[in-house]
Amino acid sequence: MSVRAVTVLAALALAGCAAGERPQPAVSPAAEVQGPLVAPNPYPATYRPPAAGRVALVGATVLTAAGDEIANGTVLMDRGKIVAVGPDLAVPDGYARIDARGRWITPGVIDAHSHLGVWSQPDTVEANNDVNEMTDPNTAQVWAEHSVWPQDPGFDTAREAGVTTMMVLPGSANLFGGRTVTLKNVPSVTMQGMKFPGAPYGLKIACGENPKRVYGGRGRSPATRMGNVAGYRKAWIDAQDYARRQDKWEKGGRVGDGPKRDLQLETLAGVLKGEILVQNHCYRADEMANMIDIAREFGFSIRAFHHANEAYKIAPLLAKEDICVATWASWWGYKMEVYDALEENAALVHAAGGCAIIHSDDAILVQHLNQEAAAALSSAWRAGIPIARADAIRWITANPAKALGIADKVGTLEPGKNADVVLWSADPFSIYARAEKVWIDGAVVFDRADPACRRHSDLLLGQPGDTQ
Amino acid sequence: MNRRLLALAAFALATSARAETIAIVDARLMTMAAAGEIERGTILIRDGCIVAIGPAVTVPAGTKVIDGRGGTVTPGFLQADSTLGAVEVSQVPASTDRATHSAAISAGFDLSLGLNPDSILLPVSRLAGITHAVATPLYDDRAGRDLQFAGQAAVIDLAQGPAMITRPRAAMVLEMGEGGAERAGGARAAAIVALKAALADVRHFASHRADYDRGKGRPQKLSRIDLEALIPVAEGRMPLIVKVDRASDIREIIALAREEKLRVILDGAEEGWRVATDIAAAGLPVIVDPLANLPRSFSELGATMENAARLHAAGVTVIIKTGSGTAHRARELRYGAGNAVAYGLPHDVAVAAITINPARVFGVADRVGSLEAGRLADLVLWNGDPLEPLSQPQAIFVEGAEKPLTARPLELRDRYLPRAP
Repeated sequence: MSVRAVTVLAALALAGCAAGERPQPAVSPAAEVQGPLVAPNPYPATYRPPAAGRVALVGATVLTAAGDEIANGTVLMDRGKIVAVGPDLAVPDGYARIDARGRWITPGVIDAHSHLGVWSQPDTVEANNDVNEMTDPNTAQVWAEHSVWPQDPGFDTAREAGVTTMMVLPGSANLFGGRTVTLKNVPSVTMQGMKFPGAPYGLKIACGENPKRVYGGRGRSPATRMGNVAGYRKAWIDAQDYARRQDKWEKGGRVGDGPKRDLQLETLAGVLKGEILVQNHCYRADEMANMIDIAREFGFSIRAFHHANEAYKIAPLLAKEDICVATWASWWGYKMEVYDALEENAALVHAAGGCAIIHSDDAILVQHLNQEAAAALSSAWRAGIPIARADAIRWITANPAKALGIADKVGTLEPGKNADVVLWSADPFSIYARAEKVWIDGAVVFDRADPACRRHSDLLLGQPGDTQ
Repeated sequence: MNRRLLALAAFALATSARAETIAIVDARLMTMAAAGEIERGTILIRDGCIVAIGPAVTVPAGTKVIDGRGGTVTPGFLQADSTLGAVEVSQVPASTDRATHSAAISAGFDLSLGLNPDSILLPVSRLAGITHAVATPLYDDRAGRDLQFAGQAAVIDLAQGPAMITRPRAAMVLEMGEGGAERAGGARAAAIVALKAALADVRHFASHRADYDRGKGRPQKLSRIDLEALIPVAEGRMPLIVKVDRASDIREIIALAREEKLRVILDGAEEGWRVATDIAAAGLPVIVDPLANLPRSFSELGATMENAARLHAAGVTVIIKTGSGTAHRARELRYGAGNAVAYGLPHDVAVAAITINPARVFGVADRVGSLEAGRLADLVLWNGDPLEPLSQPQAIFVEGAEKPLTARPLELRDRYLPRAP
């Protein structure tokens, strides 16, 4: 392990491990109510950045995810924020110095597509499956956060792999699956204690085979892709009507009883107002083009296509529309709409000037996002597309931050950003690299050398496993 | 095997490509044989066979030379738990032949009979260095879930030739633990009782076959097809792959293998590290997925990334796989081996776990899994460490034939590559 220079401030930053403590749920602040119609934040984050000191990581190869690979780089963190990153920086007084020579540093890994907590381990246990409200093609009214079980052991294994933030989505059985929630991967007893303060909500929309299979199989609409599109359009027409009635009442001075709140339409209206980001599960190129037209028809924008294994067929269009593509390198062929998947998908999106993301959708793969990005990068090199590590690291950091609407806070190692940092034992694009130490908001949440960083989940306590 | 050898001979005569001499020079050679690792050496291949290998091999004039500087040659990899050749699109049932729900065909389901050498998955997997796989039947459970055995696995090659079966009926596949319990009526004990009863029935059938032919055998739960198929298992000639995870389940299987004199290969064994010395003492090989570190069920609470390393340290023969019944993602095998190294398995052991170890356990080590003079060339030249995602193959030979470095997804890629301005 690295040599640690101990100072008083260092002790604050280094001693103990958030993962080893027993966090207590904070009291929720009163919901901010802006009117009888909409309570925009009735389940507010209670996460507060812990006290963190000044830390200098010295001598590593730093991938800033802002475009640079810095040899012999230093990263300075001060009270939870990045304050400086550069080669051969002098370490100011008061900083705890961590020797990071021979190691690599990246921003915390961000998974743009996770079901951790909503489909928890043991995931073969049906009682732990809360991911798909598979009862109606439109369940825009459900919120993934109300399924999140913070004790999912998958959060712990993801944290040990450098994953500091993830967006948890409802499943893809429905045309409208519900609201997503963005979480910080900190140990917590409550969902609110993990909720990323200020992160916007997303709306999960699903294209293609899943909704038509689920509902067609029950003899109801949608049974076809045209049925899918009709379902989206009907919902957006209803949402426009709801938003219009609500606006009218608001602008008319809120005289008399306003329209009754409707949870489903409230979320859709939130998209139309630009407050909720569309996160769209959609594989085929032609379907993505249809979804872009639907968004135009109703006046909203799509933030990211997820899975999107045919994005490479329309990469310039997606770049022009500024829609991110969250995809894999290795997954393909499990159903018809993913038969044409390529390892090169992310690289081809990137090469067209688009926003490429490597995501997981899986409790195992989330632990290997750096390796999945390496497989994608390798395929780019095989195709003769020269992409540097300094750019490819954005696929699991800066670009998912953009897709989640939190790029002003996390995703790069730039002054002012939250100090979400991973110290890797080697080049993160190597299969042998392991996260040695992970910080969130400047606080150590994982340290491979520190037994205090035991796994948090209560489920594994007293069990035969490797709970340390 | 005869069918296979005849086809190979015909293929050798028909293709001029085989009738040439090829040398891979100046590469690091991971032989997985007595020669061990050769830091810098040459492999000479003539007519598809390795004729010389070592640090100082003379390359005759007229030889096609492949520059291996900076690269590494490994034997072709073997994905030990796959459905390659038996699936095209997982959710298109007509394109899959991995499992049967026929009540009469359980142990008798011989996967080697219906495989597709034209599958586009084969060259995709080949590009990840995989030249062979154990095509393994899955269960197709329907109401009642009463199929005891999944069927028989076959070792196949990925050359896309008409004779893709390296070894048919290489092992019988049985799930115990939670899955076995459910099929046996809901309890582990019932599954063990049912397995012992089935073996007793098979032995009775084998020794009273004439009675059964006269319609005078005793009543049997298994079909005649299944009884026939299980005779080599009961006689210890055919390995029995037992999918099992919980430590206590593994102990039960070790005891049962000893009592019944079965040749068991443990598959999964996520809590294997907890009973590693017992497994080593029983001499059972274990097929491990190094990435399987989640408590996905109450049988896997002890799952850890260090399972492979701990089993090896205890003296167990480790085979690495990725996923279960994997086909499209079979290509991630080398990443699985790399992760096992990251969590403590020695690098050469990890490569052995995807080459010579499975080749030995599945009875094909005479043609697959090592680099030795006299063997068919079944190998891959990599431009770096074969377990690193950033490395790619530079040359691939499957059972003597050099294969092109292409596959349908690469053709698709080229169709959509941005055109040079």
